[in-house]
Amino acid sequence: MPPETNPAPAFDVVVVGAGPAGSAAALEAARAGLSVALLERGPYPGAKNVYGGVVYGRILDELVPGWWEHMPVQRWVTRRSTMLLTGSQALTVDFRAEDWGRPPYNGATAFRAELDGWLARLAEEAGAVLVPSTTATGLLRDTAGKVTGVRTDRPGGDLTGRVVIACDGVNSFLAKEAGLFAKVSGKQAEHTSLGVKETLALPREVVEERFGLSGRHGQDIEILGGTGGIPGGGFLYTNLESVSVGVVLSLTGLTASGVRPEAVLAGLKEHPAIAPLLRGAELKEYSAHLIPEGGYDTMPELVTDGMLVAGDAGAMCLAAGVWLEGVNYALGAGMYAGRAAAEAIAAGDTSRTGLAGYRRLLEESFVLADHRRLRRVPGLVFSDRVQRSYPGLLCDVAQGFFTVDNPRPKPGLRRLVSDAARRRGVRLRHLLSDAFTSARSFR
Amino acid sequence: MTQTSPQGQRPAVSFEDRMATVDFRVAERAHITVDTDVCRSCEVRACVHACPAALFVPTDDGGILFNYEQCFECGTCYQVCDAPGALTWSYPEGGHGVAFRQG
Repeated sequence: MPPETNPAPAFDVVVVGAGPAGSAAALEAARAGLSVALLERGPYPGAKNVYGGVVYGRILDELVPGWWEHMPVQRWVTRRSTMLLTGSQALTVDFRAEDWGRPPYNGATAFRAELDGWLARLAEEAGAVLVPSTTATGLLRDTAGKVTGVRTDRPGGDLTGRVVIACDGVNSFLAKEAGLFAKVSGKQAEHTSLGVKETLALPREVVEERFGLSGRHGQDIEILGGTGGIPGGGFLYTNLESVSVGVVLSLTGLTASGVRPEAVLAGLKEHPAIAPLLRGAELKEYSAHLIPEGGYDTMPELVTDGMLVAGDAGAMCLAAGVWLEGVNYALGAGMYAGRAAAEAIAAGDTSRTGLAGYRRLLEESFVLADHRRLRRVPGLVFSDRVQRSYPGLLCDVAQGFFTVDNPRPKPGLRRLVSDAARRRGVRLRHLLSDAFTSARSFR
Repeated sequence: MTQTSPQGQRPAVSFEDRMATVDFRVAERAHITVDTDVCRSCEVRACVHACPAALFVPTDDGGILFNYEQCFECGTCYQVCDAPGALTWSYPEGGHGVAFRQG
């Protein structure tokens, strides 16, 4: 390892992107006494960000003690539902937990502009310098190829650092430029989804009556089916005085369908199980964002000489059908990236070897443990059977079970399942193999 | 020119009105450019219907008209386009482009 090149870098750590990963990285590095620049290309943190609406904040226990007293929350999720849709049926598993409405809480709905702004302010209060309205346009490297900073679109905007932490989102041009996706097979479009979302205003009391909520309690509905046969899913969740509804569509499926994304969303909104929940609501904002949905097997390398990758830039999303998690992985990965950068700088080795502690911290934590455990789930959730057949099969079984058809005797459950499976084109051995994959993933 | 939604409660939102709910700080320089000559030979044209902001419009002469002003910067066009050289893609200069409030 050659000594650090001269002149001395302007900052110890340059973090690109003030989303949850970037702000957590900047916060942790600043707390370790390092000088930190936190670049954000939007005019304010969160300006470029859209998500499925629920943030799970448990990892913040380690980063921001008592976080729930300060985090800008719309509602605490105390009602979590999974809805299976066909064109004319809906089967919902609806779970409520009063515990989730009090500290330490489980999940919350929040607007990214507010959430990301709060997280970035924490990093600033710890000493990081937030540099908004600045786009990182490329990497600076020394003759050996080690990352030594970033170029920006400001005049004379080279920004040097001992470590660059790339939290530049799903399209991460920095990770691509560093060659970190070289071993990921297939086109990015094959494991990326497009999320489109509408935030719709409703009076607070209407939200609470319609969704059966009180106080700051909220509901999150995750939906399988309802995307017009395009692999993906949907979501609907409550804010204080609005609801957000969206669909998540596989890019290759969307391309093949020839249908426009907002038309798919319009179809979901018109479903008889959804339309009454949205009646009379007024569109406040339409938004769209890509989601890295391929999971563990599509992650880039996360460490190279002088650089770490965290958050969506590292494909750290579990967002397939009923799982919509990402901000928690971003927060965790950012925290570990900041910590690993501090350790490497203290040890005087910011090469790939010196930064390898990052990967180790991720492996030992939920960030990579969850992704490794669920590595087969994205493929399963996007399979034709899960997408097209199972919602219909389960809805048909429920319909048969609850239909009262006297004077004919009620058919038994086995008969209902085998009839529905035949009607929906599901083979028993596929059902068993999918059940086995799920059981193995979630054991 | 509003039509009534199936719920019958509120007029359906036109695409123009839908895009008007989003705050854009338009940069002078286009961050995405489209080579319409390349697009002319493309039969897939995934961008036309996949772009959530509907920024790709086929023209009468077989090309593609593209507007960058109301771009969400999501990357959909960049990922679904299979024609080499059809698109150049970057982010808008700092502080410009889409600014979501309810994301």
